[in-house]
Amino acid sequence: MAKYIARRVFYMFITLFLIATATFFLMKTLPGSPIASASKLTPDQLAVVEAKYGLNEPLPVQYGKYMLNLAQGDLGNSFQFKGASVTDLIINRLGPSFLLGAQGMILGVLIGIVLGMIAALRQNTIWDYGSTLIAIIGISIPSFVFATTLQYWFGVQLGWFPVALWKDGWMSSVLPSIALAMGPLAIASRFIRTEMIEVLSSDYITLARSKGASGFEVAFKHAFRNALIPLVTVLGPVAAGLLTGSLVIEQIFAIPGIGEQFVKAIMINDYSIIMGTTLFFSVFLIFIILVVDVLYGVIDPRIRLSGGNS
Amino acid sequence: MTQNLDKLPADSFKRITIDSSAAERISKPSLSFWQDAWLRIRKNKAAIVSIVILILIILMSFIGPMLSPHDAETQTLTHANLPPKVQGFENLGFWDGVGNMAGTDVDLYELKKVDTYYWFGTDGLGRDMFSRVWEGTQISLFIAFVAAIIDMVIGVLYGGISAYYGGRVDDIMQRIVEILYGIPNLVVVILMILVMDPGIMAIIIAITITGWIGMSRVVRGQVLKYKNQEFVLASRTLGASNNRIISKHLLPNILGIIIINTMFTIPGAIFFEAFLSFIGLGLQPPAASLGTLINDGYKLIKFQPHILMFPSIVLSLLMVAFNLLGDGLRDALDPKMKD
Repeated sequence: MAKYIARRVFYMFITLFLIATATFFLMKTLPGSPIASASKLTPDQLAVVEAKYGLNEPLPVQYGKYMLNLAQGDLGNSFQFKGASVTDLIINRLGPSFLLGAQGMILGVLIGIVLGMIAALRQNTIWDYGSTLIAIIGISIPSFVFATTLQYWFGVQLGWFPVALWKDGWMSSVLPSIALAMGPLAIASRFIRTEMIEVLSSDYITLARSKGASGFEVAFKHAFRNALIPLVTVLGPVAAGLLTGSLVIEQIFAIPGIGEQFVKAIMINDYSIIMGTTLFFSVFLIFIILVVDVLYGVIDPRIRLSGGNS
Repeated sequence: MTQNLDKLPADSFKRITIDSSAAERISKPSLSFWQDAWLRIRKNKAAIVSIVILILIILMSFIGPMLSPHDAETQTLTHANLPPKVQGFENLGFWDGVGNMAGTDVDLYELKKVDTYYWFGTDGLGRDMFSRVWEGTQISLFIAFVAAIIDMVIGVLYGGISAYYGGRVDDIMQRIVEILYGIPNLVVVILMILVMDPGIMAIIIAITITGWIGMSRVVRGQVLKYKNQEFVLASRTLGASNNRIISKHLLPNILGIIIINTMFTIPGAIFFEAFLSFIGLGLQPPAASLGTLINDGYKLIKFQPHILMFPSIVLSLLMVAFNLLGDGLRDALDPKMKD
């Protein structure tokens, strides 16, 4: 187990190192420059600005400095906001993104579990088809289409929720959270359905039934608990989906989160924010996948991570 | 009694034999794998409906722009922001060209003195949405198909070589995959799009640069499973070359899984293209895909919902149909995988 985790962490660092390096050099080959688009500067002024941001040094030196700072958790300074450190900019924006992500995930996974349970317990009935249909829609329809539809009906037409303002506190987070929840909902419900059906056909369920356990008891006490364990594995794809979704949904609902800042930075070539956020996303996703894999091995003793006879 | 026996005609004692081979006879024509799969998929209503919808959308993406009397690029500023109006629907209360103007419903076609019909309405520059939606669909589908084919070719080659040759080759190739697999898809796609000139090629490259990894892992697993089975060993003992083993024994066996996987990469690619276009990293005007059309429409959501509605509907239909067809194909081609 320890060997497995060590191996995975080692790979995690290689991956992050590669991403950081690739991000750095890709940014350097970008056609535009944040300074060029800012204003008309004389060559002298340009040189001063470049020196200030260290842009006049040779590439390997810039790279070395960047990596050194990175190792200390310093993502550099933003070009766009004077002297603001990217780390701070990201941390300041974490709140709304985290709130939406957490609400979307909890809502989606809970409803998904319920739908998946219903589908498995009432297999091949109208309930099953209904919940499968919801799952297919949730997987197929892009979150931004869903978000704009919600915004149009519940925001513009019915006026129940604010359209694109982050001012009304929690009310503002309802529609974006629902839009984000669709993906997790679909993934969780399909997964739970498959797991439940498999568990329900196993021997210990037959035994429980033959001992006279009620349908409710079988479903919740025996089947559900065992079906729930592997649900941990979908957290990886769910987190990736939430991140992708947050980029567009924060844009649509004008939410001051990381995703919105990232998309804006792309538009105006703010390299340091792009690089910083890219790395932040990578660390976040890679870390979650690692935690999920390790967690799964811990809570489900049937899984042997190191393979073979450990 | 015994006397009578002799008088019995000899032909009463015809020997009736049971043809033992009859028990082995196959009473129905034997079906190939593909015929069998077709029989299974034909029973899957969702998959059949999806095929019909997909064929319709693909057909419309080619003939749609020709059906409309208006062209997708011509800007007629006097005809801007018109709601949909269809011949024959004028008196039914919808698709009649009535739109909201300063809080009241008015026939905008009358107001702006427009005497033609725009089936899906027009956008902010007076371009015909009907032509634009179908041309956008064409571009979205093109990107998705090309990306899926590239993913398939690279994935099959990489996974196949890695598994078939095994040993050190496999080790090295799998370490590379392991590292690449850790990089979030979203990050790679956005970075690649940033450094390339925006356009169709950039989107395809961005989608395929890590898209093949899933396919290569599946193919590797399958080849590893089959390459040591008896029929392959027998073939090798009889002196079959690598080429023959790969093309006659391995490929036909993993073809089903390759097709299933490709069917699922197509909606993935459609989604990523639309996603990139929506956040402004995709196609640049005047080129239009479903994603850019949705992005345009979203900006006018309050006043001109039809600009958002039609591309969203087509995109959603495409995604749902491809996913349902993929599910159906998986059940049909690989019954063991069915949940």
